[in-house]
Amino acid sequence: MNKSIMIVGVGGQGTLLASRILGSALLSKGYDVKVSEVHGMSQRGGSVVTYVKYGEKVYSPVIGEGEADLILAFEQLEAARWLSCLKPDGKVIVNTQKIDPMSVVIGDSQYPEGVLDAVRSAGAEVHELDALPLAVEAGSSKAVNVVLIGAMAKNTDIDKEVWLDALKACVPPKFLEMNLKAFELGYSK
Amino acid sequence: MKELLLGNDAVARGLYEAGCRVASSYPGTPSTEVTECISKYDEITSEWAPNEKVACEVAFGAAVAGARSFCAMKHVGLNVAADPLFTSSYTGVNAGLVIVVADDPGMHSSQNEQDSRHYAQASKIMMLEPADSDECLKYSKLAFDLSEKFDTPILLRLTTRVSHSRSLAELSDRVDNGLKGYEKNPQKYVMVPANAKVKHVVVEQRILDQIEYLETEAVENGLNSVEYNDKKIGVITAGICYEYAKEALGDKASYLKLGCVYPLPEKLIKDFCAECDTVYVLEELDDYIETHCRKIGVDVIGKSAFTLQGEYSQGLIRKVILGEAASSLKADVEIPARPPVLCAGCPHRGLFYALKKLNVTVSGDIGCYTLGASKPLGMIDTVLCMGGSVSGLHGRNLANPDKASKSVAVIGDSTFIHSGVTGLIDIAYNNSNSVTIILDNSITGMTGHQQNPTTGYNIKGEPAAAVCLEKLCEAVGINNVFVVDPYNLDECYNTIGEALSLNAPAVVISRRPCALLKTVKHNPPLKVNKDKCKSCKMCMKIGCPAISMKDGKAEIDFTQCLGCNVCSQLCKFGAIE
Repeated sequence: MNKSIMIVGVGGQGTLLASRILGSALLSKGYDVKVSEVHGMSQRGGSVVTYVKYGEKVYSPVIGEGEADLILAFEQLEAARWLSCLKPDGKVIVNTQKIDPMSVVIGDSQYPEGVLDAVRSAGAEVHELDALPLAVEAGSSKAVNVVLIGAMAKNTDIDKEVWLDALKACVPPKFLEMNLKAFELGYSK
Repeated sequence: MKELLLGNDAVARGLYEAGCRVASSYPGTPSTEVTECISKYDEITSEWAPNEKVACEVAFGAAVAGARSFCAMKHVGLNVAADPLFTSSYTGVNAGLVIVVADDPGMHSSQNEQDSRHYAQASKIMMLEPADSDECLKYSKLAFDLSEKFDTPILLRLTTRVSHSRSLAELSDRVDNGLKGYEKNPQKYVMVPANAKVKHVVVEQRILDQIEYLETEAVENGLNSVEYNDKKIGVITAGICYEYAKEALGDKASYLKLGCVYPLPEKLIKDFCAECDTVYVLEELDDYIETHCRKIGVDVIGKSAFTLQGEYSQGLIRKVILGEAASSLKADVEIPARPPVLCAGCPHRGLFYALKKLNVTVSGDIGCYTLGASKPLGMIDTVLCMGGSVSGLHGRNLANPDKASKSVAVIGDSTFIHSGVTGLIDIAYNNSNSVTIILDNSITGMTGHQQNPTTGYNIKGEPAAAVCLEKLCEAVGINNVFVVDPYNLDECYNTIGEALSLNAPAVVISRRPCALLKTVKHNPPLKVNKDKCKSCKMCMKIGCPAISMKDGKAEIDFTQCLGCNVCSQLCKFGAIE
């Protein structure tokens, strides 16, 4: 049975690295893996999504409506935006950080109240954590992505060691110690 | 050995394994990583060219001289390279020549949704289309063999989902058969009418030979493949749509997968259709394969049931063919859109704010700065194509000379070199009262930081000759050239105002490196002194993603702010420190 994971967030939050770590961990478990990324214009502060699919044989690299087993959301509003892709019995792991879209910044629209309650009411199982302070604790606000990978890792059937190896393979050595700490903080939440 | 490779990286690997020796490209999403990845192989001489036409001609020259060569571009880049493309079909090659073109169905990062398969047909150049990374690698290698077998360049068509998806690809070693000998042969390489007439006959025969290959050898080697399952539904498809179809329909359908989309086989398609009850053509963008099917007299269902716009998906195919709709959850909240924005600290922001104060009409171009069109800046009136801002401004000023002192063009450094400089020559030559603003951020930004002829570095990051924009502008006949720092709002406002008042051709170079460059040093993040903040929201007028209102006062996100100080120049109360 194939599994589908979506990593959603705001351009610049490091969703690409997160998908690479995930892809690397799944590959070492012997799965067929496909990872679909977004490059180019959408990176610049826009809503970004990465698809990760694995199993015995994966065809399509993208995830459509009602197909995701898990959504890892780096931001609340993005969790709600992509919720239609979640399977009715799927799970959402969400960073409680809020980032205002430009339309909210300039007062053309409102950041809605109670986003995560609405996601729950829709029927999704929601796990929330506040990753930014944990990333800062680990040594850099940029490590939010690795904190969230840690939180997701605990919700998969893949051993922690596999995740750590994948992390080592994907981050530059000089940032490894900080990233390992970020992973642990996410994993233990 | 198998590796999880990005489609574009797999293409690069395939070219490497096939003994490619020369690569020349201009960046363009979603094609850029092919050449970036190539540049890591020392066995291949790789370069960024100023534009796709130059890249294509460099690769052509190298192929004629005997080196397996390659160039890559996005779909609109092929418009620029179309001139050499069409005639290279007549000359053919010596060593293999592979041209990668990446289409962008759904326009993730493009200004139109054109279908490059029409170029293959129009130029009569064979086009392969892989569906995943393994095929990206295999088809790139095969493309060189076919190029030499049929004496033609080969187009390799990618789409965004193939280019930017990672999947497993089987690697092998590089085989380099060395430089082929070059023999002078004007009948083959000098395309004057007398020679071209003879070559056109060769081209038409070549297509017939290729169709013969596609019906026979290409079926044996798997380039074109037939898979019979349940025959009630037949699917003819190519590229990424094959993956969508397989996921949606599995063995509930039979498949004819075409690895080559130009030319198209006839017998293979007729035989497949004869075996299946209802045949669907699954292809994104135009009804290209469908039209061919109708031309050879087979009845298929295509665009009448699907769409000419955007991407296909397994969900769409399930819905149309099987009548199965997905069940999905919906959060009951209004979700504001989140389009891309100029980054915090982006040097373009201050310049656009100055243009807003000057209340000018702005002829825009292709790059990150196209984002200056969105609110709250909203300072771009037109965007057409690479380089189009400069010549477009001249046209605007010809039509309405009285408004010339209230109109400017904006164009990035890389785009200016690509094809803006020819427009500037037009302005100088025709003595147009046009003010061109070159946004020099010392890099090709939008596609992810590629070097270009103005940066002083080549694709490998080695020092290179740098075009001096001031001298270039002066050399083409512009006598009024100014340089401003876009972080300095008053300087931008005053200098551009002065340039507009001259009633003469002028260039303003807005110079400040891209804030995301690793070599750029930033100031510490700014803070809002809540006691001094009067909640006037002046700082919000520049559309910086690091600034928001919290509890009625401005707040600056320390994780994003790069201390550019543009916002602090707007605060009349000195609240931003």
